[in-house]
Amino acid sequence: MSNENLKRVVIEPVTRVEGHGKVSLLLDKDNQVKQARLHIVEFRGFERFIQGRPYWEAPVIVQRLCGICPVSHHLAAAKAMDVIVGADKLTPTAEKMRRLMHYGQTFQSHVLHFFHLCSPDLLFGFDADPAIRNVIGIIKKYPELAKQGVLMRKYGQEIIKATAGKKIHGTGAIPGGVNKNLSIEERDVFLKDIEQMVEWAKGALKIAKDYTVENLDSIASFGSFDSSHLSIVREDGALDLYNGGLRAITKDGEKIFDHFNNQKYHEQIAEEVKSWSYMKFPFIKSIGPENGWYRVGPLARINACDFIDTPLAEAERAEFMAITEGKPNNITMAYHWTRMIETLHSIEKIRDLLNDEDLQGTDLVVKGKRREEGVGIIEAPRGTLFHHYKVDEKDQITMCNLIVSTTSNNIPMNTAVERVAQEYISGKPEITEGLLNRIEVAIRAYDPCLSCATHAMGQMPLIVSMFDYEGKLIDKKAK
Amino acid sequence: MSEKTIKFKIDGKEIQGKVGQTILEAAEEAGIYIPRLCHLKGITPHGSCRVCTVKVNGRPQTACTQPVVEGIEVENDTEEITEHRKNIIDMLFVEGNHFCMFCQKSGNCELQALAYRFGILAPKYPYQFPKRELDATHPDIFIDKNCCILCGRCVQTSKDIDGKNVFEFVGRGPEKQLAVNSKANLAGTDISVTDKAAEACPVGAIIKKQEGYAVPVGKRLYDIKPIGSEIENK
Ligand code: FES
Repeated sequence: MSNENLKRVVIEPVTRVEGHGKVSLLLDKDNQVKQARLHIVEFRGFERFIQGRPYWEAPVIVQRLCGICPVSHHLAAAKAMDVIVGADKLTPTAEKMRRLMHYGQTFQSHVLHFFHLCSPDLLFGFDADPAIRNVIGIIKKYPELAKQGVLMRKYGQEIIKATAGKKIHGTGAIPGGVNKNLSIEERDVFLKDIEQMVEWAKGALKIAKDYTVENLDSIASFGSFDSSHLSIVREDGALDLYNGGLRAITKDGEKIFDHFNNQKYHEQIAEEVKSWSYMKFPFIKSIGPENGWYRVGPLARINACDFIDTPLAEAERAEFMAITEGKPNNITMAYHWTRMIETLHSIEKIRDLLNDEDLQGTDLVVKGKRREEGVGIIEAPRGTLFHHYKVDEKDQITMCNLIVSTTSNNIPMNTAVERVAQEYISGKPEITEGLLNRIEVAIRAYDPCLSCATHAMGQMPLIVSMFDYEGKLIDKKAK
Repeated sequence: MSEKTIKFKIDGKEIQGKVGQTILEAAEEAGIYIPRLCHLKGITPHGSCRVCTVKVNGRPQTACTQPVVEGIEVENDTEEITEHRKNIIDMLFVEGNHFCMFCQKSGNCELQALAYRFGILAPKYPYQFPKRELDATHPDIFIDKNCCILCGRCVQTSKDIDGKNVFEFVGRGPEKQLAVNSKANLAGTDISVTDKAAEACPVGAIIKKQEGYAVPVGKRLYDIKPIGSEIENK
């Protein structure tokens, strides 16, 4: 495509997503949006850095990739190392401790996103004054809700601490198992508040659901588009955030592949490099690089699974799927609703686990026949996370390949931005705060983790630059 | 032979030592902790790290090598000496590549524990970022020279206790580094995982393979009590 007569609008950094991002819009001379790109600065040096390190360090080192979801990296790497040490079946205590850690992480991550980052948009509306439309505004207007958000997040973080040893960058999962169980005292602290957490999770879900249902007409097309969806699912098709085979479905719900062996993911998924981004672009091989991109994360998971194995979340899933008559839901803003279904699911899972005596077991680690290659795949809060390693006979890592969820959602986010921009900006000479914020709202729906770890409390400075088709800056706005 | 008592003072406190004891040993028996790194029970003291430096009658000496002498006055826990020890620890950190955040020795590392004991949160000297090698050739033992502090405990333990000669130092000054007595690497030596030398390292430079992180955070050696408290609370 020729970029003749195009203008470029750059929005940076995207506020209230975790990390930094930069959006550029290529406009033509009539202010029609021709192209949108979300530039993601990602730390890719990691896969090299880890080469030479002993394999058992991987689950601890990789957490440093990201301050937002270290537990997901910790567990994905540990799962890959299980394969390396030949631990094909963990002990019940080990598997359940890891699950508890993972549900704790999902719970706190989803809660953080919902209360701190997305609720201002849902409760105040996209066009509200940005001075109020932030977490401080939520604290002022909905103090009870803000308090719940803080306490729910804390609950999840304490679960991480009890299972991993620390709230961030713990060591709980080790190759072949875990290094601790859950003591009765630790368990009882969590049991005391569990019913309250379930209630609050229901309340938060209701906000996301009501918002979606009430505004369905306006948000159905907001940044929305058809796409394939990818997730792991349990053997019986249930939603399983910790373990399962890969399933990809088309926009209509037809299976592209199902229960696919994690160890062979590269037979189904390939990665493409593009000149304008450091990020790799994964795609489903059988469809090809052009159209093989797919969505991951809560929306993709709820679309891909056949059912949820916890009753409250399953009832909510059924209600959600009814909106699209059982077909996959392709509405970008539906991410919020599905994220809260998963929040409820996670806390139900935590409740089940806390009542399971296996967590007090003492059989923590198994090992078997050593292998030289291992893949660990987990459903991180933001979507499918792949960790792939090769380890030589000296126990040193020789190869590491990671596909993080934000990478998979890269094209979907670009597409969402393009749709929103086309609908709201095109043809209008002035770029209003409300219009620009819509772009951010669309990106936020995916909860991207853009580089590592900036928690945007309230508003980060937003700089909007407009370039003409030759790349010359012709306008700049900041707030 | 009847054991003769030797009376001396540490920071003004009367101590009773025995003939042949070092200041560090006598202090330890009396419940006084003198910080140390290269000292290890059972091996010949070699006074290389200087962390145990005290003042004996006003002159700096290494407590791990200096025998007790009747009537000496030892300064240990003073502002001046503490400052001196902190500087040494600080330099040890910047001279190597110490990634405590993911090092498997974290929580059990004596260097890290000393830094915590002295309240060192960030080094004041510039990092040197040396290029150091790994030796993963041995099936059970892994050498990561990134965190070697050249204390010599492995060298001495292999000689004195294991009756072998697995480790040595080569080079001088800033070039000095740990080496193994084989043409190529650790796999070429006669070290075994049951050797005491395999567990003599105070930091994460010599570790047993596949053991990493088996002890959860909170249960590691120095998670709850600072290094030295096991002596002070005797
Ligand atoms: S402990 Fe005395 S010099 Fe190292």
